[in-house]
Amino acid sequence: MADYRKMWEDLGMDMENHDNLCQVLPTAVGDVFLSQENRPEAMDFWDLVISEVHGIRPAELIEAQKEGRKVFGTFCVYVPDEVVIAANGIVTGLCGGSQFWVPDGEKVLPKSTCPLVKASVGARLGRTCPFFRIADMYVGETTCDGKKKAYEILGEDVPMYIMDVPQMKREKDILKWKDEIAEFAKKVEEFTGVTITAENLAKSIHIINEKRKALARVYNCRKSKCLPISGRDALLMTQISFFDDPERCAQMCNRLADELEERIKNGVSVVSADTKRILVTGTPLAVPNWKLHNIIETSGGAVVCEEMCTGTRYFENLVDETKTTLDEQFMALSERYMKTNCACFTPNTGRIDDILRLAKEYQVDGVIDCSLKFCCLYDTEKYAVSRALKDAGIPVLSLETDYEDADAGQLRTRIGAFIEMLS
Amino acid sequence: MGIEYFVGIDIGSTCAKTVVMDKEGQILHRLLRPTGWSSVETAASIQTELETLGVEADRSTVVSTGYGRAAVGFAAKNITEITCHAKGACHIHGTDDLTVIDIGGQDTKLIAVEHGQVTDFVMNDKCSAGTGRFLEVMANTLSVTPEELSNMARSGGGVSISSMCTVFAESEVTGLIGKGEQRENIAFAVIDSIVKKVASQAGRLKMDQKVCLTGGLCGFDYLRERLSSVLHCEVCADPDGRYAGAAGAALSARDSYLKTLGK
Repeated sequence: MADYRKMWEDLGMDMENHDNLCQVLPTAVGDVFLSQENRPEAMDFWDLVISEVHGIRPAELIEAQKEGRKVFGTFCVYVPDEVVIAANGIVTGLCGGSQFWVPDGEKVLPKSTCPLVKASVGARLGRTCPFFRIADMYVGETTCDGKKKAYEILGEDVPMYIMDVPQMKREKDILKWKDEIAEFAKKVEEFTGVTITAENLAKSIHIINEKRKALARVYNCRKSKCLPISGRDALLMTQISFFDDPERCAQMCNRLADELEERIKNGVSVVSADTKRILVTGTPLAVPNWKLHNIIETSGGAVVCEEMCTGTRYFENLVDETKTTLDEQFMALSERYMKTNCACFTPNTGRIDDILRLAKEYQVDGVIDCSLKFCCLYDTEKYAVSRALKDAGIPVLSLETDYEDADAGQLRTRIGAFIEMLS
Repeated sequence: MGIEYFVGIDIGSTCAKTVVMDKEGQILHRLLRPTGWSSVETAASIQTELETLGVEADRSTVVSTGYGRAAVGFAAKNITEITCHAKGACHIHGTDDLTVIDIGGQDTKLIAVEHGQVTDFVMNDKCSAGTGRFLEVMANTLSVTPEELSNMARSGGGVSISSMCTVFAESEVTGLIGKGEQRENIAFAVIDSIVKKVASQAGRLKMDQKVCLTGGLCGFDYLRERLSSVLHCEVCADPDGRYAGAAGAALSARDSYLKTLGK
């Protein structure tokens, strides 16, 4: 492993505490990923990235900054990467997925805040994540009350820009989101000093579409009854895609998809035929949150799809590439992003349609609907989700959890019983 | 020598229950012991006891269940308590369509069974509200046994506990004692709290079929009567109810044995 200590020190990180984090990660990676049998060889890329998750990519970002490029940290799949990339900027995901950061978040936030928000704030204020140190500007959005208020606190410590996501999906809301994108573009131009043109935006739209297609190709392989990749590995790929360079991400996902397609042709599966196929839906699973997948996949199930922001919501739907003026392109972006079905919208029946469609496409035996604690939006939608699934004759298990391991035993019992129920 | 004994071991948070069945599904032995601090040691002492009863290891097949199920090293298989309770309760009550209310030491679960298959279940969250542990803590505070508390509650009324959390509810009960509230009335409030907690879970499940109470509290008549009245249905119980999980595990052991014979 390369020595990144100097880089971390230069970033003003809390070295002592960060060492504690670095110590637990290899064990977690070993337990969750490396212990699996018959993994696709192309996972070597993600194994390497995760083994030095606070080293390799942060070092690249710092190099880019030295060349004058700006790094934008984001928290939501509604923030359009295309706009940033058009202005030669770089986007990195910032969502915190570890209990490690929660106590630092709780110093300033109420305990009854969702762990993702607490961990994200904790990672910044506790100075224990290089990505949170590197980002020149944070781009927030109004997709939940917890984040809205947390951004006010983060904004005291780092330049913060907020995009106002509509709460409904009427024609005027799509127009409003288009205006928000256009305004964001102005902000990005100002911050980077690069003018966004129809040409560079068309190019970045293409880059991100290619990334979406590559992710979709891997997911497509998971629809096969002959399952060529575990849910854990697919989740890791998706999680890392929020941090990686989009063109390399597409290249690596396509390389993985090549291998998976070959595996399907040759009948190579990572699980036995009686393994129950599970669709998980709900709140995002930010890296390194692998708890749910790990329990499901060590209890007789395999996760074949995630209807989540760290899943299909990230890559489904492409931006129309035929538009030639900025105005039309902003509209095309708005139309694509507004197709994403987040629980912050009302009504949000599109998400139910997505879940029913995905359950069919991925040939699932059951659905696990899991939300992070204190996420009122996804928690409330469980009622409608479970009713729709029951009406469709698809078994569903609703769960709520956080980043702590304290409830792992209870989750294992519920998930184990659910999988037994499917047999 | 062939397999003659089908052993189900249910290691719960409070008690470890063991059921030994024969090929016909008749219960030959029922063993009950506190789980204690180590599930592994409990499992070992159950193994010794089985040997003493003549249930030899090489003539038995063992399935474990309950929260300590992984600690039973000599089990051929472990199955969750949800599946086992459902199976055991159906066997004990002689029906394939049943909703099971199991009030355990650490959790309360409601399981809907249709045609012998679990179709849905709900479990309480990680807190101990509405569980056997809740009742035990409150009984200790009132210096009675849980069973005495349930009996005492019959002649009480007029008081309620608002806290769901065991720790807060305990201070609430202490407060009531300090105010000179009658023990019967406090006991009523404790049972009332458990019943309401179960009822709120029942709202999410199929209840228009036979309903039974299993687990350590299944012999508490007053609790069962109150459940019946709040759920608007007759909640039945069987003396073997606390062995439902173990019986289900034993039946699973028997099923897999019969399956291998079939092949």
